[in-house]
Amino acid sequence: MSGEAERAMRTTTYREALREAMSEAMRADDRVFLMGEDVGRYGGCFGVSLGMLEEFGPERIRDTPLSESAFVGAGIGAALGGMRPIVEIMTVNFSLLALDQILNNAATLLHMSGGQLPVPLVIRMTTGAGRQLAAQHSHSLEGWYAHIPGIRVLAPATVEDARYLLAPALADPDPVLVFEHGSLYNASGELAPLTEPVDLDRARVRRPGTDVSLITYGGCLPKVLAAADELAADGLDPEVVDLRSLRPLDEATIDASVARTHRVVVVDEGWRTGSLAAEVCAGIAERCFYDLDAPVERVCSAEVPIPYARQLEEAALPQVRDVAAAARRTVG
Amino acid sequence: MVQETLSGIVPEADVGSLGPDDRFREVLEIDSLDFLSFLETLGDRAGIRIDDEDTPHLTTVSGCADFLVARTT
Amino acid sequence: MTMAEFTMPSLGADMDEGVLQEWLVRPGDRVRKGEPIAVVETAKSAIEVECFETGTVDRLLVDPGTTVPVGAPLAMISAAEKAAPKRAPGTAGKAGKGTAGEAGRHRPEEAAQKPPEPAPGRQVPGGAVPAPEDGTPGSAGPLVRHLAERSGVDVDTLHGTGPGGRVTRADVERAAAPPPSRQRITPFARRLAGELGVDPASVKGTGKDGGVRAADVRLAAGRPAREAVPRGPVAPAAGAAGPTTMRRAIADLMTRANREIPHYYLSTTVDLAASMAWLREYNRLAPVSERLLPAAMLLKAAARAAREVPELNGFWNEGHFTPGDGVHLGVAVSLRGGGLVAPAIHDADTVPLPELMAGLKDLVHRARSGRLRGSEVADPTLTVTDLGDQGVESVLGVIYPPQVSLVGFGRVVERPCAVDGLLGVRPVVTATLSADHRATDGAVGARFLRVLDRRLQQPEEL
Repeated sequence: MSGEAERAMRTTTYREALREAMSEAMRADDRVFLMGEDVGRYGGCFGVSLGMLEEFGPERIRDTPLSESAFVGAGIGAALGGMRPIVEIMTVNFSLLALDQILNNAATLLHMSGGQLPVPLVIRMTTGAGRQLAAQHSHSLEGWYAHIPGIRVLAPATVEDARYLLAPALADPDPVLVFEHGSLYNASGELAPLTEPVDLDRARVRRPGTDVSLITYGGCLPKVLAAADELAADGLDPEVVDLRSLRPLDEATIDASVARTHRVVVVDEGWRTGSLAAEVCAGIAERCFYDLDAPVERVCSAEVPIPYARQLEEAALPQVRDVAAAARRTVG
Repeated sequence: MVQETLSGIVPEADVGSLGPDDRFREVLEIDSLDFLSFLETLGDRAGIRIDDEDTPHLTTVSGCADFLVARTT
Repeated sequence: MTMAEFTMPSLGADMDEGVLQEWLVRPGDRVRKGEPIAVVETAKSAIEVECFETGTVDRLLVDPGTTVPVGAPLAMISAAEKAAPKRAPGTAGKAGKGTAGEAGRHRPEEAAQKPPEPAPGRQVPGGAVPAPEDGTPGSAGPLVRHLAERSGVDVDTLHGTGPGGRVTRADVERAAAPPPSRQRITPFARRLAGELGVDPASVKGTGKDGGVRAADVRLAAGRPAREAVPRGPVAPAAGAAGPTTMRRAIADLMTRANREIPHYYLSTTVDLAASMAWLREYNRLAPVSERLLPAAMLLKAAARAAREVPELNGFWNEGHFTPGDGVHLGVAVSLRGGGLVAPAIHDADTVPLPELMAGLKDLVHRARSGRLRGSEVADPTLTVTDLGDQGVESVLGVIYPPQVSLVGFGRVVERPCAVDGLLGVRPVVTATLSADHRATDGAVGARFLRVLDRRLQQPEEL
């Protein structure tokens, strides 16, 4: 730990930050291991575990067959057996094959065993579009998982969160799902040494402001920050809230922001209908009604399977100009 | 008595400025309902019954006065 | 014991707010349904507003002088106990004896009896608790109850305008209709307005569709002139709304009438010889205080004609005609300070002529002294204007929305007429009809004037 802490501010990528976090956890705790499709020899479909097989060996970096239900189930069994597994699922689309294990076992066993069987499991998976991977690799289904009681859902959007959210996630006695947006792996950013304990339940104000709250998470955060810059150039003062945790939602941070700005735009790459954005908006309407000075706006993906063609894919996803336009509607 | 009765019917009006030969129904904009009240009140005060046939005499203050004098003496 | 809100009533299609001018009751007072309990000043007149509930005044929520939007609560009335059956307004005068102890003797048909027993199928939709037994079962027929249930209207909160205060189908439909468009204001702006002491109604909105936003409220609050304006009403000069507001209200309504209503006009000259002769004879025998005016007879004849030609008696709303629940004759009364009100004589087709005359006297007197009641201004089903006193021979009037017809009478004049092949001098009146062409065609209007003429030839039957 001391070696890490002494290191000064440095620049790294989201992918490397994830790898550092996993390696650190495995060095610190023998019970931690990683398994998933191509995580070993290939170094992970998105290169997150590159080099880890060499350091930790095939016992702890385990390649699995192409059967999400089987290896997530194995992860649950290992967690019940006292291990601290990290299971990587290639994309959220494929996680649907393991949905039975996640919902009917991981999220439920503690409850059904009367508190005897916690499932300390971390499942990492890629989510989101923007890389021309077409409709079977591009959806944003984290909002579905945020519906399920019994699991925690995280969406690290910054290098810092990629680096520091894993340790508390592993320490959590309940299943934690970590959604890594595919467009973020190559993102680089400043990484400061950890100075205070990480609170998984808290959203973060990424940019303070007074005119409109732009509430988002994960892969949309960079777009929303860009939109905020654009709005600031117009003389507006937007606030950007990064939810970080999709379950539980940090209502206190959301409400405080709305109380400051009285206007809200929720940006979510999921489809609008029944989305996480819908949940955030409903909560605001319930709790912050008398603070609202404009109808709440949502910027979500078009309700189509994410297209392959670049122009169509761009058109289907929330873009910087959409966010800026929605924000202007709330103040206009 | 005529003036008092008129004041009671049209409290807003300046009955004092009414000339003895002014046609008060027009000047004071008294409609048929008001005029009926006027006949009723005036008849009560003078102790006589005023019928529809009498109304042609009752268009000016002086006409009313003459009518009352003729009927009550 | 349940609590009911006494709300600012809509006293006509053109009203969206009113000034509570005076309370006629105090907390703790017993009130009966139909009893005037407050005086409300609208753009047109000061109106006595009747209570919708029988019970005890619990709290007055609004101070005299406050401007209140239609539908906003003014007072809380705690409903009467089981033992005190309620009475419809029409029978309120006879209340107090006879029925209070006769709970066992209930026949659902008897509107005034109100058996203290919930009628089957009269549960308030969505309400887990059945309506209190002191409601008004029996004041609404099965059809009305069914309609009310289907449209989510609580019959007990309705003010019945039918005979004997009966809740009618039209009452339910009126209650189910969407409320008049409200000011658009954001929740935060409304809250802020409260905190800053700004009347939201006075704030000009700059948001979408004129919506009022926080910035508009702050701007209004920052204006020093705003603060200097007293929050109470401008002291009404003669107990009624000032001529300017009334002028504006009339202007708005008549503009709407001429914009929306395709009028057609019919006119006929009616021989009044029979009527006038009958009237003269009647008045000769009647005590002075009970004399009839030709105006009363004309009103009565118009009401009878409206009953026989119901297509002209009612309302045009949202693309269709709703017949009136009885003939409630609006009588245009010009006010001495200028302006006009048209309160209703209820059930003018059925009340006897002497009673109608008394009602007319009372109504005109109260209209001019600013003491009309809410039920009188809210629900005329057609309006009659009689400009005979002003000396004109005929009047082609503008319909009072959402009504569909207006009957005009000119002066009763003597004219040479051909009678039985000879020239005679007869008293005649020009009767006109302005009617809404969306609701009826000329043939219907012609039938109306024909019936009107026939009625005036048989004055003894009026």
